[in-house]
Amino acid sequence: MTELLVGKSMKRKEDQRLLTGRGRYVDDIRRPGESHAYFVRSPHAHAEIRSVKKDAALASPGVLGVFTGKDIQRDNWGSIPCGWVVTDRYGKPHKAVPHYALTPDKARYVGDHVAVVVAETYAQARDAAELIEIDYHELPPVIDLATAMSGAQIHDLAPQNLCYDWELGEQAEIDAVFARAHHVASLDLVNNRLAPSPMEPRAALAEYDPAQESYTLWSTSQNPHMLRWMLSENVSGIPETKLRVISPDVGGGFGMKIYCYPEETTCLWLSKQVGRPVRWTGDRSESFLADAHGRDHRTRVELALDDKGIFLGLKVDTVANMGAYLSNYATSIPTYFYATLLAGCYKTPVIHCDVKAVFTNTSPVDAYRGAGRPEAAYLIERIIDVAAMEMGVDPIELRRRNFIKPADFPYQTPVHLIYDIGDYDASLDEALRMIDYAGFPARKAESKSRGKLRGIGVACYIEACGVAPSQLIGKMGAGAGLWESAQVRFNVTGTAFVLTGTHGHGQGHETTFGQIVADMFGIPIEHVELVHGDTSQVPMGMGTYGSRSLAVGGSAIVRAAEKVIAKGHKIAAHMLEAAENDVEYARGWYSVPGTNRKVKLTDVAKKAYIPVDYPVGLEPGLDETAFYDPANFTYPAGAHIAEVEIDPETGTLKIVDWVAVDDFGKVINPMIVEGQIHGGLAQGIGQAILENVVYDSETGQLLSGSFMDYAMPRADDFPNFKVGYTETPCTHNPLGAKGAGEAGAIASPPALINAISNALGIRHIDMPATPQRIWRAARAAGAADAQKE
Amino acid sequence: MYNFTYSNPEMLSDAEHLLGTGESPTLLAGGQTLLPTLKLRLAQHSSLVDLGRIVALKGIVAEGSCLRIGAMTTHWEVASSATVAAAIPALSQLAGMIGDPQVRHRGTIGGSVANNDPSADYPAGCLGLGATIHTNRRDISADDFFVGMFETALENGEIITALSFPVPEVATYVKYPNPASRYALVGVMVSKGVSGIRVAVTGAGNAGVFRDTAIEAALQKNFVADAVPESGVSEDTLMSDMHAAADYRKHLIAVMARRAVAAATS
Ligand SMILES: Cc1cc2nc3c(=O)[nH]c(=O)nc-3n(C[C@H](O)[C@H](O)[C@H](O)COP(=O)(O)OP(=O)(O)OC[C@H]3O[C@@H](n4cnc5c(N)ncnc54)[C@H](O)[C@@H]3O)c2cc1C
Repeated sequence: MTELLVGKSMKRKEDQRLLTGRGRYVDDIRRPGESHAYFVRSPHAHAEIRSVKKDAALASPGVLGVFTGKDIQRDNWGSIPCGWVVTDRYGKPHKAVPHYALTPDKARYVGDHVAVVVAETYAQARDAAELIEIDYHELPPVIDLATAMSGAQIHDLAPQNLCYDWELGEQAEIDAVFARAHHVASLDLVNNRLAPSPMEPRAALAEYDPAQESYTLWSTSQNPHMLRWMLSENVSGIPETKLRVISPDVGGGFGMKIYCYPEETTCLWLSKQVGRPVRWTGDRSESFLADAHGRDHRTRVELALDDKGIFLGLKVDTVANMGAYLSNYATSIPTYFYATLLAGCYKTPVIHCDVKAVFTNTSPVDAYRGAGRPEAAYLIERIIDVAAMEMGVDPIELRRRNFIKPADFPYQTPVHLIYDIGDYDASLDEALRMIDYAGFPARKAESKSRGKLRGIGVACYIEACGVAPSQLIGKMGAGAGLWESAQVRFNVTGTAFVLTGTHGHGQGHETTFGQIVADMFGIPIEHVELVHGDTSQVPMGMGTYGSRSLAVGGSAIVRAAEKVIAKGHKIAAHMLEAAENDVEYARGWYSVPGTNRKVKLTDVAKKAYIPVDYPVGLEPGLDETAFYDPANFTYPAGAHIAEVEIDPETGTLKIVDWVAVDDFGKVINPMIVEGQIHGGLAQGIGQAILENVVYDSETGQLLSGSFMDYAMPRADDFPNFKVGYTETPCTHNPLGAKGAGEAGAIASPPALINAISNALGIRHIDMPATPQRIWRAARAAGAADAQKE
Repeated sequence: MYNFTYSNPEMLSDAEHLLGTGESPTLLAGGQTLLPTLKLRLAQHSSLVDLGRIVALKGIVAEGSCLRIGAMTTHWEVASSATVAAAIPALSQLAGMIGDPQVRHRGTIGGSVANNDPSADYPAGCLGLGATIHTNRRDISADDFFVGMFETALENGEIITALSFPVPEVATYVKYPNPASRYALVGVMVSKGVSGIRVAVTGAGNAGVFRDTAIEAALQKNFVADAVPESGVSEDTLMSDMHAAADYRKHLIAVMARRAVAAATS
């Protein structure tokens, strides 16, 4: 019998293809007669479009057409939807402002889509675009989040630029708690805006087939089915049967490629208009301008404690930036993926959260790796350190006093969620051991002897993954259920296709899912072929985001595989001439215990397709589909510890050590999971010390519009990460798995900012903690110390 | 990119001729600045004259108390040259800190100096070592060459052919990289030798590279790290951007200068 693969660090099946340049991305796909689209983007942050003169562009060589938002509207194409209705504190739905693929009336951010040119070549389209004359009437831009509500109105539907004012918890309850608190720690903080920047920019290729009256759209999408759904139901009216969406290999997404974007929508429309396949591949400048950004909150957080340091209540007041339009899930991120996580790992009995979501003249903001949960973990883990400092309590001890303990599970938080299982002390203990926490004072003293400031910072995080139980999120306003589908097609020769509604774009699904199926069927992993990313092949599915692919998609695969095995059971019993009850199944073999009679699943499969001697009444074939709707979210948690050294003279930060101890439940492939941790850490550390999307607050021009100014982390910004695990298996899915994709990006910003604050002996420093900011903080802290002496 | 004609002559004289032909010709060296600018359509030229095949513009030679580097010598060649390392290690060090390996293998000293990016490293190297820039028409001292931000003394049709660096007694280049671009947020070349004591600062000045005369004067009296005072320049003449305000840049000038002197004297 072959060795079990689950739990093994197998090399990724897909890497040979991807690392040797044989991946097939949207831009690699060629269609006969394809043409090229170039988008004319607004150079102004906020401006009325008075007129668009197309003549010169239309006369330019190679041009097939020039179109504006008015042209698409005339064709009755609708607005790109926001699929999650957030009900505000007065019971009203959020302001669902229109978002047309090409804006017909007003440009609302620099990079907004005003017109499109289609031409024989990209260069011709671009040349022609320069000949279009657009008469803009500039309006005052609204950029700064703090003053957005008093700025010029961006959408007719949204006075004060307010999308919603939302509340979770009871005001009176939290006021009462704060009134009797022994200590209140409070902090104002910024969760900085990020540009997700996957290696592959967004791209689309659309083709219309007049014979079939059907469309094919190749897109860099993380969820092709959802894209088809939105394009069909909300935007185009093209029946789902006439619209095929294909996401081939995709080079990273991080959430940013979940959404239905103006460019692919426009290409789809154009493909019929010009009667030619239409391609658009974004360049990096366009990515910075018009990909959905992440985060961008301003928050005041207050924590009430009793005299023993027990948390009594948490009060959070956030202004969240939606950008100029609502991206598909934008409304849910600073509410149901944020406020519902505010209990963290702690037994805080009362929590109140107020969120004002506002429009600004900036690129739309939506989910990005972690999506809401990093923002929650950051403020919780920061305010605990501040409270510890103010009360003179050890920050580790303060956390432990308030942890939800293993005996408390299942644990109902005051913010909707029920945590099924966890052991937060176990992760923390292991992390402290791995970093030699006890040895820190000696290391700090050694650094000091060299004029350096050493600091250590802990973050204990929890997140809600395995997105998501449909009924629960339905109550929260979701317009879709977040179950997942799987189909297992066993072939006559004993190999198996596995079709999944999730989509891999760097996560290694072909390997992880292959390991699971190979073990269940007792066949080599090479005989398992994953099919994803094509709506015409795969049953309706919900895509990949929210660390859901294994916990939800993998569980659906297990369910479908179980159905295959169950059907095979009937065939095997017939073949073994035994009663079904007498037949047992294990890893590819059906057997009759106590005898030497057994038959292989692969032989059973052959029988299923050649049913000449076959159980009466049983359908032929071995091809089963399952839909899996999770009973709950999963709750990965863990402890990360950062150790840093600062040169106070320049503000230079060196991360000298990093320990990540995570509880992801059952781990299928530890190497792939470690890769996910490293990637998450890179992006979280990037947020904490390097990355920042900056718009000019007066003009709304994007100042961080290239990697010359947007500080993307590099390998030498990081230490060697030390990764460890603890394990409490998820209680409600068949794999016991919780999800690992976002943890690194959630845990690392607070761990690092805690370490920097600790090194400097200060309450807080805002992200990104750049050398300049650290230098200023060190100087201020030094001056304060000097005054004390 | 807009259309342009391309030529790659083997003789300098042909390059000179081609540079005088057409509406808006320009020279192409390593292309590390020019090509991105063209791709982004920030510049348009009728023709590109590639200097890559002109052998006379390449190479490194030690000529007595001088190091002569051809304009088309790449950063990688300078960084890895034993001749440079023996004569002016500070220059090898500087070249080795430019960009990444790909950039260093393409980018050239002539291109960098001609471009005079206010955050580039070579301008500090030239000014801080008292270099001479040789062109097809004349010799220009570094003190006269760097005129302003992206502005040099080069005239239309003028081609840098080589640079000469007097070998100093001691010299060190210390760079504080911009966290995003890794160009110099502040870079300081300190040298002592035939050209006197020179402290040249890049990355900081509104008008590009400059000499910090206050620090030079202090070092004239006493060439030790502790003697380096705060920079003498006014904050009004320094750049302020999303990465660093003028006061931080000014502070870094002194810190980098101190570290350079410490390294030079250790
Ligand atoms: C990712 C990246 C990182 C970088 N990092 C750094 C860094 O850290 N520090 C740094 O200093 N630089 C950096 N650079 C710039 C790099 O050093 C370039 O080499 C330099 O700016 C230009 O040199 P080039 O040979 O590529 O010139 P080109 O780009 O070919 O030309 C630049 C300009 O100089 C003109 N020119 C070229 N040769 C001559 C000549 N012989 N005579 C007259 N005019 C001429 C051209 O016409 C053009 O206008 C970086 C570049 C990139 C792309």
